[in-house]
Amino acid sequence: MSDTAGPERAALAAPAGKPTRRRAPLWQSRWLGVGFIAALLVLWEIAAASGMMPAMSFPRMSAILVTWWDLIISGELLGELGPSLWRMFAGYFIGVALRVLVGLLMGYVRFFYSLLEPITEVLRPIPSPAYLPIVILFLGIDDQMKIFMIAFASFFPVLLNTYSGVRSVDPVQLQTARTFGVAGWKLLWQIVLPASSPYIFTGMRVSLAVALIVMVISEMVAASSGIGYFILSAQRGFKIREMFAGVLTLAALGYVLNRLFLVIENRVLAWHYGYTQQQRN
Amino acid sequence: MTDPARSFLRIRGLCKAFAAPGGTTVALNGVDLDIERGSFVSIVGPSGCGKSTLLQIMAGLVAPTSGAVFLEGRKVETPPPSVIYVFQQYTRSLFPWKTVERNVAFGLESRESLSRQAIAARTQELIGLVKLTGFEQHYPWQLSGGMQQRVAIARALACRPAVLLMDEPFSAVDALTRVGLQELVRSLWRELGLTVVFVTHDVDEGVYLSTRVVALTRAPGAVAADLPIELPHPRNQITTRELPQYLDYRGRLLAQLFADEGLVAAEPA
Repeated sequence: MSDTAGPERAALAAPAGKPTRRRAPLWQSRWLGVGFIAALLVLWEIAAASGMMPAMSFPRMSAILVTWWDLIISGELLGELGPSLWRMFAGYFIGVALRVLVGLLMGYVRFFYSLLEPITEVLRPIPSPAYLPIVILFLGIDDQMKIFMIAFASFFPVLLNTYSGVRSVDPVQLQTARTFGVAGWKLLWQIVLPASSPYIFTGMRVSLAVALIVMVISEMVAASSGIGYFILSAQRGFKIREMFAGVLTLAALGYVLNRLFLVIENRVLAWHYGYTQQQRN
Repeated sequence: MTDPARSFLRIRGLCKAFAAPGGTTVALNGVDLDIERGSFVSIVGPSGCGKSTLLQIMAGLVAPTSGAVFLEGRKVETPPPSVIYVFQQYTRSLFPWKTVERNVAFGLESRESLSRQAIAARTQELIGLVKLTGFEQHYPWQLSGGMQQRVAIARALACRPAVLLMDEPFSAVDALTRVGLQELVRSLWRELGLTVVFVTHDVDEGVYLSTRVVALTRAPGAVAADLPIELPHPRNQITTRELPQYLDYRGRLLAQLFADEGLVAAEPA
């Protein structure tokens, strides 16, 4: 057993990371898509400037961008974004925490699965805006209502995702834990939760998109602040450039959130990518 | 063969039947065994003869249909703290989200009320014992098969078990790595005074490693042969395997397995 340093070191797999990719030519790269977006914006500008479209509801892109910039500088947009983000994240994290907890219980204890699976199936297909009026009835139109809506909407669509993550935990890992005397809550926390985290993260990404949608909808229906409120009231006040600026803000927000999520996911699940890549080889 | 009164691990009338499509499959059919403290017992047999099931029942991971296993007179029903099971599939048994260090510390953290420093020291000691110093911060899937199985062995030994149950632990590694692992397990067994029950389908491996080899019949498994292996210690991968007694044990066990399988040992002339 003195051979450790030699051949086995050489046998080490490459550290976790993405496989090296050959540089794609320009017409297959990401820049193609970026260029396409730029071309569409230019087309917009031309269409608006030439009067092909009604100027009232279709301002020039350059004017929209200037308005957007002014709204950012004046702090008005950020002032609307603050309450929106607070509602979204509060609802999202409550929804995710509950979902993980209930999903783990459903996957781990048969009783909870039998108890909760039917009601999940009944409630899940209801589009979340449909129960907005009911929630307003009970919680009013304040932040509570929006947070509840967001939590509720990001809870159901992916609950079963967590459940199937729990069901897919390798029985060898569970048996290993048992031979070391790990059972009950400890098993759930130390083995089941990390082992099903790839599934949980997939669910969390879906939930994030849903949370954004429900945030905007609930603010459009009943609010006196927030980005959804801003867009709708801009449209009602014929401030069309402001309306478009609000939509662009949402696009940017969605993009940043998704990027951020991917960065976190890549860090937390680095072991998963490395492990599955090694399993495939 | 072994005096039952001194028996450390006692197996009595062990039967195990599984539900299978169209009825039940009997995996074990009345196995009796007495295993002495400090012995190295290999269990050989054709695949599907229930050797792994026998080991899992001994580990308290699977309940027998009838019969029982007693460890120092106490019936085994849940995994006993002094018995650790080492799985054949190390890639699945090691936790891929934990580093080598955290994997080795797993049993210590969950079982004993040790201080953080004591756990770290013990973990380091075990990593050194299986010659993986320098790989503490690697993940198991970054290591070769032989190294991964050594992580699993270190993890098992960290909580000072009295009994190590090993289920075909070296069947997934190449021949040279296997020799290295055999030597490692034999030296750990001698140094630490362990009792090892080692399931393998390889008669040579069983004879070379053990103080006793038990052959099971084709399913439903029952004891077909039980040979004490009286080869001198220390053993040597080359010279021990050339000893006439070694060849004799090997021949008798292979003859038993071949007869059981309906195979003939010689080609027709």
